[in-house]
Amino acid sequence: MGEALSLTKIDAERQRTVAQALRTFLPARAVLWQEEDTRPYECDGLTAYRKVPMVVALPETEEQVQRILRSCHAMEVPVVPRGAGTGLSGGALPRGDGVLLAMAKFMRVLRIDPLARVAVVQPGVPNGAISDVVSPFGLYYAPDPSSQIACSIGGNVAENSGGVHCLKYGLTVHNVLRVRGFTIDGEPVSFGSEALDAPGYDLLALAIGSEGMLAVITEVTVKLLPKPQTARVVMASFDDVETAGQAVAAIIAAGILPAGLEMMDKPATQAVEEFVHAGYDLEAAAILLCESDGTPEEVEDEIARVRAVLASAGATRTSVSRDEAERLRFWSGRKAAFPAVGRISPDYYCMDGTIPRKRLGEVLNFIGDMERKYGLRCPNVFHAGDGNLHPLILFDAASADELRRTERFAAEVLEKCVAVGGTITGEHGVGVEKIDQMCVQFSAAELETFHALKRAFDPQGLLNPGKAVPTLRRCAEFGRMRVHGAQLPHSELPRF
Amino acid sequence: MDAAIAALAERIRAAAESRQALCIRGGGSKDFYGGEPRGELLDARGYAGIVSYEPSELVVTARAGTPLAELEAVLADNGQMLAFEPPHFSPGATLGGCVAAGLSGPRRAAAGALRDFVLGARVLDGRGRWLAFGGEVMKNVAGYDVSRLLAGSLGTLGLIAQVSLKVLPRPQREITLAFEMPEARALETTNRWAGLPLPISATAWHDGRLSVRLSGAESALRAAAEKLGGEAAASEAAARDWTAIREQTAPFFAGEAPLWRVSLPSNAKPLALPEAQLIEWGGALRWLKSGADAATVRGAAAQAGGHATLFRGGDRAAGVFAPLAPALARLHREIKAAFDPAGILNPGRLYREF
Repeated sequence: MGEALSLTKIDAERQRTVAQALRTFLPARAVLWQEEDTRPYECDGLTAYRKVPMVVALPETEEQVQRILRSCHAMEVPVVPRGAGTGLSGGALPRGDGVLLAMAKFMRVLRIDPLARVAVVQPGVPNGAISDVVSPFGLYYAPDPSSQIACSIGGNVAENSGGVHCLKYGLTVHNVLRVRGFTIDGEPVSFGSEALDAPGYDLLALAIGSEGMLAVITEVTVKLLPKPQTARVVMASFDDVETAGQAVAAIIAAGILPAGLEMMDKPATQAVEEFVHAGYDLEAAAILLCESDGTPEEVEDEIARVRAVLASAGATRTSVSRDEAERLRFWSGRKAAFPAVGRISPDYYCMDGTIPRKRLGEVLNFIGDMERKYGLRCPNVFHAGDGNLHPLILFDAASADELRRTERFAAEVLEKCVAVGGTITGEHGVGVEKIDQMCVQFSAAELETFHALKRAFDPQGLLNPGKAVPTLRRCAEFGRMRVHGAQLPHSELPRF
Repeated sequence: MDAAIAALAERIRAAAESRQALCIRGGGSKDFYGGEPRGELLDARGYAGIVSYEPSELVVTARAGTPLAELEAVLADNGQMLAFEPPHFSPGATLGGCVAAGLSGPRRAAAGALRDFVLGARVLDGRGRWLAFGGEVMKNVAGYDVSRLLAGSLGTLGLIAQVSLKVLPRPQREITLAFEMPEARALETTNRWAGLPLPISATAWHDGRLSVRLSGAESALRAAAEKLGGEAAASEAAARDWTAIREQTAPFFAGEAPLWRVSLPSNAKPLALPEAQLIEWGGALRWLKSGADAATVRGAAAQAGGHATLFRGGDRAAGVFAPLAPALARLHREIKAAFDPAGILNPGRLYREF
C-alpha cells in the first residue's frame, strides 16, 4: 500500500489525547474511539480499501465543527470528512492517525425560497430528499446520481456528482450557488453567493469536486428548477455498438439536446433484463434510451425528431414510452445495471472514464480486445450523451490471478481513455482508487499546481491528506494499478 | 509545446526573473473593466485559431487570440452557439479576453454563465510553465477544477492560451414579448415565471417596460406566448435590442455617469437608490448609472444580499470589485502566489494588493 494508507496501527496514547480533547466540548455520544464503534466507518462505497479511524467525531452544530477543526489543527491531527459514505473512489477512507468527521447529523433543510428558487440545506441531507421537499412548489434539484436516495448533498459537492440528466441540466457545479463551511484552521468561509456570481476568484468552482480537501462544508445553497411538465423516453435497438454510437452523434448534430441519453451493450441488457424485466430488446447489440422533457408540445415535437434521426441512423427498432409507468420501466433496467451485474458475477469492478463521444467505437473495440486478452467479461453501460463510460469487469476476487488480470485490464482501459483525449474519472472521483492514474493524466508541473492550491487552503496538509492528488514521489514509484474489486456496500442502491 | 508558446513562456520566465509586470492583453476590448492595466504589454493575439470543433461533440477548442466574432460565426454556421452570450464590447474581442473577463450576456440566467461552459484550459503560469487542466469532455473530476477558476481571473493567474468550451444548439426560434409594468411588479413577475416550466431565455426591464425573450421549438413558444400575453415584438428589431443590451450600446448605457454592475439574489427588492436601472437575468443583474460614492452603492448591494462592481467609468483607483472578507482575501493572495509567485501577471487588475 502507498503512503496514504501506510498507517495501520492506532497509537493508543494519541487516541486518548485526541478523544479527550474533543470530549471537552462534545458530548460522549459524539466522540467514538472504541473499535466496535469506529469499525462501521472503516470504508466508504469502495470497500477494497479499509482503515479503522483513530477517532470518529459526530458534530451536530457548525460551532462544534469549528471547534473540532481548531482542536485537530492545534494537535496536528489529520481530519477526513465523510457524508453518507456512498462514494465509489475511497474519498472518505479514514486514517488510523486521524479523526473521521462524520457529517451525518447535519440533516436539516434550513430554508426554501420558492420564488427565488433556492433551498439552503445542511450537507447530510440526501440528494433525493431535496427534490422531495421542494416538490409541492413545482420545483426540483436537477443532478440525480443513481444513489440519490442515500448520497448526501455534501458528498455531491465534494465529488461534483452528475447523474443521467447532466447533458442538459449540468453537474453539481452548475446547480449549487453557495457553500458555507470552515477551512482546516476553523476559519469560517463562504464561497459563491445567492446572487449569480461573487467577487474575486471562483472559489465555489474550486471547492466543488475538491474531494473534501480544501474545506469542510456545513451548508449548501442549491438552485432549484421548475419540474418539466412531462417526459418521455425513446428506446432504440441497434445491431452493432458503433452504429449506436453514430446515432448518438446524429441526434446531437440534429440540434437536439436530450434530457438523458444512455447506451447499454448486449451483455449489460441481458444481465438487467433477467433482473428487472424492463422489456429490453435482447437481440440488439446495443440499445439507446433517449429522454425528452419539457412542455407536452416540446416533447411531442422532439420525440418525433429523435425517432426520425434514429431511423435514418440505422435503428432496427424504436419504441416510445406511452405513459409514466412505462418511462420508469425503461429506465429501471439502466438504473439497476450495477446490482444486476452483481448477480451474474461474484465481483465486478466499475470503471468511470470519460471520452470524446466520437471515439466510442474505438474504445469499445479496445475493451473487446481486452476481454479476449485477459479472458474476462466486461458489459458496458454508458452515459452516451456526455461520453461517460462505465465498463464493468466481471471477476472473482477469490482468484488471485483473476484479480491481477482485472487490475491490468482496468488500468489499460483508463489509460486508453486518457490517450483518446478523455479522463480517468467522469464522476466518481479520484479518492485513493485512481490516484496512480493521476500520474498518467497530469504532468509534474500540473500536479505541483494542485498541491500549491491545496497548501493555499491547508498549509500543513491536515484535511483529507493523501487523496486525489499523488505526490511526485508516488508517481515516480507508480508501476501498475493496484487491487480493486469486491462488492459494493449498499448493494440495494441503483448505481451508475 | 509549439514555438509560439515557447516564445511566450520565455517572455514570462524572463519577466518573472526581473520582476517586470506584464499586461496580458487580447483585443483590448475590456481594458475599461477591472483595475487599470499596467506593465509591459504581452499581446496574446498571435496565438490564434480554432484547434478542433466537431459539432456532434458539442465542444470547441480554440486558442486565446481567436477573435470572438470569428468563433461565433463558425458555431452559427453549424447551428450552434456560445450559450452564455458573451459581450464583445468591440470588434477586436478575443476568446482569451472573453474567458479572462468571465462575463456573460442576456441568456445567463437561463443557460448558465461562461464558467459553466468551460471544460478545459491550457495556460502559461507566472513561471512560464505550460499547464493543462480539464479537457474536452463534459464530465471530468480528475484534479481540482482549475479551468473554471481561470474564468473571470482577469489574467492574474496565467496567460489563458487555449480553451475548450461546451457549445449548444441554437434555439429553433426566438420571440420577444413586451409588458408595461413597474419595477417591483416586474421583479415579482419574472421570478414567478422562472419557477414555471416556460422557455424564457432572457429578460430585461427598464423604465416601466419588461421584455421577455422565449427560445425553443415553435410549438412551445406558441403555447408559452398564449399563457404569458404581452405584446409580441418584430423579431429583427427584438434581436437588435438584445444585442444592444449585451453589447451595452442601448441608450441606457450612454452618458458619462459611472456604470455599476449590481449582482443580487433575483428576488431582492428594488434597490434603495434613486438612479435609473436596467435589470436583466430575471432580477439577478441590475445595471445602475450612478455618481453615488462607492460606499453607498456597495452598501445597498450588500444589504440586498449581493455585491456591486464599478463596471465602467468612475474612479478605478479606489477599487473596482467588492472588497473580500479577510479569510477570502488571504485565500486569494495564496492562490495568486501559487500560480504567479513573482506577482507579475496583470497586477492590480482584480484587486490592488495583487
